[in-house]
Amino acid sequence: MAVITVERKPLSFLERTYLPNIAAGLATTFKRMVQPSETLEYPEVRPEIPVGYRGVPTLVYDPHGREKCVSCQLCEFVCPPKAIRITPGEIPADSPNAHVEKAPKEFKIDMLRCIYCGLCQEVCPEEAIWLQNQYSMTGLTREEMVNDKKRLYELGGTLPDTHFKWDKKKAAEEAAAHGGHH
Amino acid sequence: MFDFYFELPLLLRLVLQGTAVILVLFPLAAACSMAERKVSAWIQGRPGPNRTVPPFLAWIPGISILQKLGIFQLAADGGKFTFKEDVVPGHVNAFYFILAPIASMIPALTTVAFIPFGAYFTELADGTMKLVPIALTNLDVGLLAVFALGSLGVYSLILAGWASNSKYPFLGGVRASAQLISYELSMTLSVLPVFLWVNAPGGPGTLSLFDVVQSQSQPGFFGGMWYIFLMPLSAFIFLIALFAETNRQPFDMPESEADLVGGFHTEYGAFKWSLFFVAEYAHMIVGSGIFCLLFLGGWNPLPWVTLADVVNFGAGFLPLIASPLVMGVIGITLFLLKVGFFIFFFMWVRWTLPRFRYDQVMTLGWKKLLPLSIANLVLYAILIAVKDLYFPNL
Repeated sequence: MAVITVERKPLSFLERTYLPNIAAGLATTFKRMVQPSETLEYPEVRPEIPVGYRGVPTLVYDPHGREKCVSCQLCEFVCPPKAIRITPGEIPADSPNAHVEKAPKEFKIDMLRCIYCGLCQEVCPEEAIWLQNQYSMTGLTREEMVNDKKRLYELGGTLPDTHFKWDKKKAAEEAAAHGGHH
Repeated sequence: MFDFYFELPLLLRLVLQGTAVILVLFPLAAACSMAERKVSAWIQGRPGPNRTVPPFLAWIPGISILQKLGIFQLAADGGKFTFKEDVVPGHVNAFYFILAPIASMIPALTTVAFIPFGAYFTELADGTMKLVPIALTNLDVGLLAVFALGSLGVYSLILAGWASNSKYPFLGGVRASAQLISYELSMTLSVLPVFLWVNAPGGPGTLSLFDVVQSQSQPGFFGGMWYIFLMPLSAFIFLIALFAETNRQPFDMPESEADLVGGFHTEYGAFKWSLFFVAEYAHMIVGSGIFCLLFLGGWNPLPWVTLADVVNFGAGFLPLIASPLVMGVIGITLFLLKVGFFIFFFMWVRWTLPRFRYDQVMTLGWKKLLPLSIANLVLYAILIAVKDLYFPNL
């Protein structure tokens, strides 16, 4: 490893008085003063949220309006602060989505525990839980800070999906039933 | 027009004048705290306080400009300081603890008595016009009185530090006293050349600030020259010493909020705390005023252009301008503009430079500024002697 010895030049007289540097500093701050300020006037002006931002975790529907969560409870299992509580439930047999078999009966995320790590989103095999753009979560009571299933879907809405995994599975099963082969 | 005023008893007139000056100085000092917040915000790329507006005024169109400038925040701050619980901690010496902020106001509001703000022409009995200063007093010892009273300001800091009975305020008070003694010397020595120049042999000796401005308002190249051009080194040393005397960054050793919590005012809050800061800003205003009088020609608009010239020129078009009232207002406005610039300069420097270390303050004061100001005094003494002996008519 090469050691480079930097020669330290003795300061000139002007440099030792600091005056040129003070003048330069004053010029810098003056320039800064006449520039427009960089602060956003927060409640009126909202910041632009970058792609991939990890905000409040939400549940989403697929474009056909099916709730994507199948209550596999992987997120509940992986959640480091144990913020997620899922009560699994069956999908009734008369539902068009009966072939998915399971959906959460209740899904609660305690936002007082959540650390916004995004592990739930990473682990989800159904791409059902997403940390979206909402960055400000407030409430007056502890209960208010627990997002239940209804609220989670309100926050999440619908996200585009290209897989339609369960529809393909259903189609394949039907084809197999007809053709005896899949 | 104003004869009735001069017929009032002298004592009543003095009380009225003094009250008028304090009524201007006190809010001005308070407004400086808002200016400080705004300037710091602009330098740091923030908008600063811009939300406060009294609800009953919010409907007035255009009031948002004042709101953006934080004018109402000033009232909000003042109200907060006035009505907040005024705590006297249990471990302090209550008498001196309460005395300190009151004592800080006395020199701050007294020194302004010696500052002339402007001048106007008055007609003497024999018909000649005489320039009269607008000031509470025009003492012959003017500057000496300002220095004598101004340096009393440090007693309040020492008193506050001592009475607080706590180590950080105590250290702040000790630093304040050491710093003031160190810079008082260079400050006084740096203005001596000005008075050597003003007090030419043969004339009556004077330390009056009005006479200093008058000597910068003479005809001729040297007569109309502001002393900042004639004695830049004096002005420079005086300015640095002024920063130190008013405890402004980079010399705010008594406060040093980073290493001494808050220095002398650590134990203070609410109204007593705000008194310290009104006093500090009043010191700044008076100090800037003295700098403008000594080195920047006081109320003269430009070097070599005096207020009298401007007024006489303007009176050619509009005779009203030469009236004492209008001339006084013009003079005071020009003077306050210069003072305002220096207040801004104080703030500008504060938000640009980091604080000196304590030993650096002492080194700068004793090893750099003091020898420099002595050398400056000797140099100008010789130059002025040579000028007076060999070029008396220059």
